[in-house]
Amino acid sequence: MGELIRVEHLKKYFNTPGGKLHAVDDVSFVINEGDTLGVVGESGCGKSTLGRTVLKLIEPTDGKIFYKGRDITDITEKENKQLRKKMQIIFQDPYSSLNPRKTVSELIADPLKAFHMLDKAGRAQKVAQLMDVVGLSQRFANSYPHELDGGRRQRIGVARALSLDPEFIVCDEPVSALDVSIQAQILNLLQDLQRDRGLTYIFVTHDLSVVRHISTDILVMYIGAMVEKCGAKDLFKAPLHPYTKGLLSAIPVPNIDHVREKVKLQGELTSPIEPKDECRFIARCPYATEACKQHMPEFQEVAPNHFVACHNVKTINNM
Amino acid sequence: MTRKKQRDEKLAANLTELTRKQGQWREVLMRLVRNKVGMFGAILCIALVILCIGAPLFTKWDPYEQAVINKFIYPGREHIFGTDDFGRDLWARLIYGGRYSLLIAFGATCFSTCMGVLLGSIAGYFGGRTDLLITRFLDILQAIPSLLLAIAISSALGSGPFNTMLAISMGGIAGGARMMRSVVMSIRGNEYIEAAKATGSSNARTIATHVLPNTIAPLIINASLSIGGNIMSISGLSFIGLGVQAPTPEWGSILAVGKTYIRDFWPLVVFPSMFIAITIFGFNLFGDALRDALDPKLKD
Repeated sequence: MGELIRVEHLKKYFNTPGGKLHAVDDVSFVINEGDTLGVVGESGCGKSTLGRTVLKLIEPTDGKIFYKGRDITDITEKENKQLRKKMQIIFQDPYSSLNPRKTVSELIADPLKAFHMLDKAGRAQKVAQLMDVVGLSQRFANSYPHELDGGRRQRIGVARALSLDPEFIVCDEPVSALDVSIQAQILNLLQDLQRDRGLTYIFVTHDLSVVRHISTDILVMYIGAMVEKCGAKDLFKAPLHPYTKGLLSAIPVPNIDHVREKVKLQGELTSPIEPKDECRFIARCPYATEACKQHMPEFQEVAPNHFVACHNVKTINNM
Repeated sequence: MTRKKQRDEKLAANLTELTRKQGQWREVLMRLVRNKVGMFGAILCIALVILCIGAPLFTKWDPYEQAVINKFIYPGREHIFGTDDFGRDLWARLIYGGRYSLLIAFGATCFSTCMGVLLGSIAGYFGGRTDLLITRFLDILQAIPSLLLAIAISSALGSGPFNTMLAISMGGIAGGARMMRSVVMSIRGNEYIEAAKATGSSNARTIATHVLPNTIAPLIINASLSIGGNIMSISGLSFIGLGVQAPTPEWGSILAVGKTYIRDFWPLVVFPSMFIAITIFGFNLFGDALRDALDPKLKD
């Protein structure tokens, strides 16, 4: 499988009254066809902005994005529109992401209409087929979204994203607004679709346990910057960055006899506006040393396909 | 009685089944018809319009014909609403005058609503510099008192029904556009607008299919309320001699004349006011019903 998406030194800064907000700061990664990159981090760390910038829904400040080897960073409006057929997004909130005045079938057919694809009968057929694929009963075709529950609404969002037959989908916290029981259904649906259609995902979430099974690689972000990136299994087995350790030990284990080393994260997120040239995690890191204050740690490969941005990674992990 | 009820229910069920198949507009119409209060409002409006259009059929009197010996006759068999200060039949003047009042008020509302939708949705949707430019323009428009603006425009263009309509609508643009802008801004924050962009919808298409349909409720309320206000504005302009000119019957100008005789001759104040009130009442009821019918969340 070849590479589908390559992102190099991607930066997105927003202008705020207090200065530049570093939403995405020097992020690079490659996703191969059929793989899933899980992007994890707490609220406000820039993970959603990353997803939207890769899709070119937001213009990047700096850096390059390649789709199938083609540079899509500076493309025309027209080319961008054509790109929509290849790259899609599934939104977090199944309530605000569906126009309340459109019926289910209209919502799913909307992308096709925007591209003037198929005639009326063809669209109806396609909508019926898509509803079938995402597990929506045909009797909901004329229902409005407010008549359906969160899980069904999210299925509409999935069907809409699939309607243009994309190859790459950014899932922006697609399950975090849903009940736990429905979360599993939607996750299974997304995995089935990936298998059947050979889709490639970026899966953005704040919930590590959600990406555990669905991801090939996991990228952990902290205040816009990459902290750790490695295979999903490695991350759960041997997290190397203190932040990742903290995140993992916050996942509850349903076993009362389970004893483990807890890494507690103290304090608050530091401001993403004009951050200093030091380790961004310094304020909350239990292992912080003088070196961490000097400059931002480099994102380096410490083990095969295991990247970490930490000055003290070797001493912390006895490597 | 129960049989009738059963039949009604069956009919209603059939209708709902039918409307499901026959598209949303049919459904909207059915919901509108089912709303009794709204239909009452609609009937009031329609009755008024019929009365005004078919005015010659409902009176034998000429609204312009003066007969000074007959002035200030109280309502009776011959003149059902009485006569005015020149002995003209008040009923005839009111139903003929409604042609001007309703047409001007309706035209002005349509014009100012359209302009408001255009300016407000562009400002709200695009934001940034476009928004700033349009908002400042609206500030200028709003800084001038609306009646003063109307006076300025009518004195520049001259009197007459069309110019009056234009003059009055100018005052409504700023308010409508501002309301529209705020509504559009709140809609723009929804993820379905981003979803539309992400699925390749152009700006114009997104505004037309995703933004505007969600602004209908406040838009209709605004329009149905401003019809009443516009009728009052026309009377204001007519009162100072810039609106519809003196012999032409028009509710506002009749009322303005009646004001002089308010202590001595009540019909000249009461009946024009009644017509204005009924119009505003009818349009508001109908507007509310239309808003409810267009909102799929309030279905059944």
